[in-house]
Amino acid sequence: MNIQGKCWKYGDNVDTDVIIPARYLNTADAKELARHCMEDLDPAFAGKVQPGEIMVAGKNFGCGSSREHAPLAIKTCGITCVVAASFARIFYRNAINIGLPILECAEAAAAIDGGDELEIDLNAGTIEDKTRGTVFRAEPFPSFMQELIAAGGLAQYMRGQK
Amino acid sequence: MGMTMSQKILAAHAGKSEVHAGELVMANLDLVLGNDITAPIAITEFEKFGAAQVFDPGKIALVPDHFTPNKDIKAATQCACMRSFAQLHHLRHYFEVGHDCGVEHALLPEKGLISGGDLVIGADSHTCTYGALGAFSTGIGSTDMACGMATGKTWFRVPEAIKVELTGRLPPYVSGKDLILHLIGMIGVDGARYMSLEFCGAGVAELTMDDRFTVANMAIEAGAKNGIFPCDQACCDYLRDHNAKPPTEYQPDPDAVYVRTIAICLSDLEPTVAFPHLPENAHPVGEAEGIEIDQAVIGSCTNGRLSDLEAAAEIMRGRKVPDSVRCIVIPATQRVWLEAMERGYLKIFAEAGCVVSAPTCGPCLGGHMGILAKGERAVATTNRNFVGRMGHVESEVYLASPAVAAASAITGHITDPRRL
Repeated sequence: MNIQGKCWKYGDNVDTDVIIPARYLNTADAKELARHCMEDLDPAFAGKVQPGEIMVAGKNFGCGSSREHAPLAIKTCGITCVVAASFARIFYRNAINIGLPILECAEAAAAIDGGDELEIDLNAGTIEDKTRGTVFRAEPFPSFMQELIAAGGLAQYMRGQK
Repeated sequence: MGMTMSQKILAAHAGKSEVHAGELVMANLDLVLGNDITAPIAITEFEKFGAAQVFDPGKIALVPDHFTPNKDIKAATQCACMRSFAQLHHLRHYFEVGHDCGVEHALLPEKGLISGGDLVIGADSHTCTYGALGAFSTGIGSTDMACGMATGKTWFRVPEAIKVELTGRLPPYVSGKDLILHLIGMIGVDGARYMSLEFCGAGVAELTMDDRFTVANMAIEAGAKNGIFPCDQACCDYLRDHNAKPPTEYQPDPDAVYVRTIAICLSDLEPTVAFPHLPENAHPVGEAEGIEIDQAVIGSCTNGRLSDLEAAAEIMRGRKVPDSVRCIVIPATQRVWLEAMERGYLKIFAEAGCVVSAPTCGPCLGGHMGILAKGERAVATTNRNFVGRMGHVESEVYLASPAVAAASAITGHITDPRRL
């Protein structure tokens, strides 16, 4: 699966409270959550992000609360992949479970800048920065996890397995 | 190869004699937990799984605690969704507001729902609290909760571990909160990412159960998958007193492998404050003294238990909160509230000028019952001080113990309780 898009770049320890502040957690409506995605870190993001774009961040992305609303908001606002130097573990699990592709790659996270044009091959785990002409390699997901992501999440995948 | 406490519990629940770090296992769950924010998504996902019934109506706990008593219509709708699900599936552990309810991680141990050696998942990151009881418990998201409710199982990657060796004894006015803030300050908010934090050493026996709950509660703030204490005499006594089932006690093997060992002498610790905007920004309280506050919050799953209120009440007895400060005290459960009333703590708080709330997570996550305006600053016994956590994106939260929060509420600025 190939993904192509412009990069939104953030720093270390982006927590789930800034990804989707708790004041909006009185709903589980994904579209409403998406309207407030990243609001406390980058108020312009939700209004400007275009479908197909990619998020790149530093270490410990998604730390804090277990709220699945966080990856859900990111996915619903059109982001097709999150690349980070590392992920907090609950976010990592949640992203996979709801079918949001994520890749761990410290080199890419350090070198890529906001606005760069990226192309990602999820099967191969390659991240190409077309603006700079550089290519990075992340560990690709095993095939069952790629199938799970393609199915749209754990529930859909499990149902398909029955 | 030797196993850690956490690895032994995972092995036992996966039907294996041995597991090693990095291995993926499918394990049977003793309890699946959710709250009014995470359960509604889990319920929607549960329906997508196509399961007709939950795996065991006695092994699922649903606690309306985050936005309760319902703060608005949307929150009420989420609680109604959870209530209907609990009724439909005849769940035995649904707790209604006012009916022996409370903040989930204070409530479930109090109700005896977790015992030593149990494997617990909860759709709340502070589910790691139950490690104080010698259980393996960890936070997961709503979809994992749904899968757990449907099948009674989930997969785990067996974690590596950091050993925290405790010696000495906590000095007066120093508590479990100071220990965990100090530790997070040492290793950082991702210092134990994906790992277990295993507490051991002679110092464990010097920690009260409430101290251990506070420490295990904030293991997640170092990125840990779980924090765990051995199930010792104090733990067994607690479990018996709360009618929990008899524990299965696990000790780490002598040759258990740890990524690193951290030694902490409890006697050397001081009251500790974490500055905005990360729990790792830990400083001795002396470095924070004089920072003016607008609000103090004493409560939460981290520090809303009876001994926490006792520590605050002892400091506030006969003193007054100045007009410049709002002090909000939130007993974590109905039982804590009642006992605090019977012991006279609530009267002390009210006479000092505090407001005493019903049990709720409320302001800890910026939900309700004490939201901060732009430029306002709070000292709080809660667990996170991220940007905007308690309100406006330009507000600030300083994390501290109940003793520091109470002393600070009295003076109007962050204060060392030993100097009051």
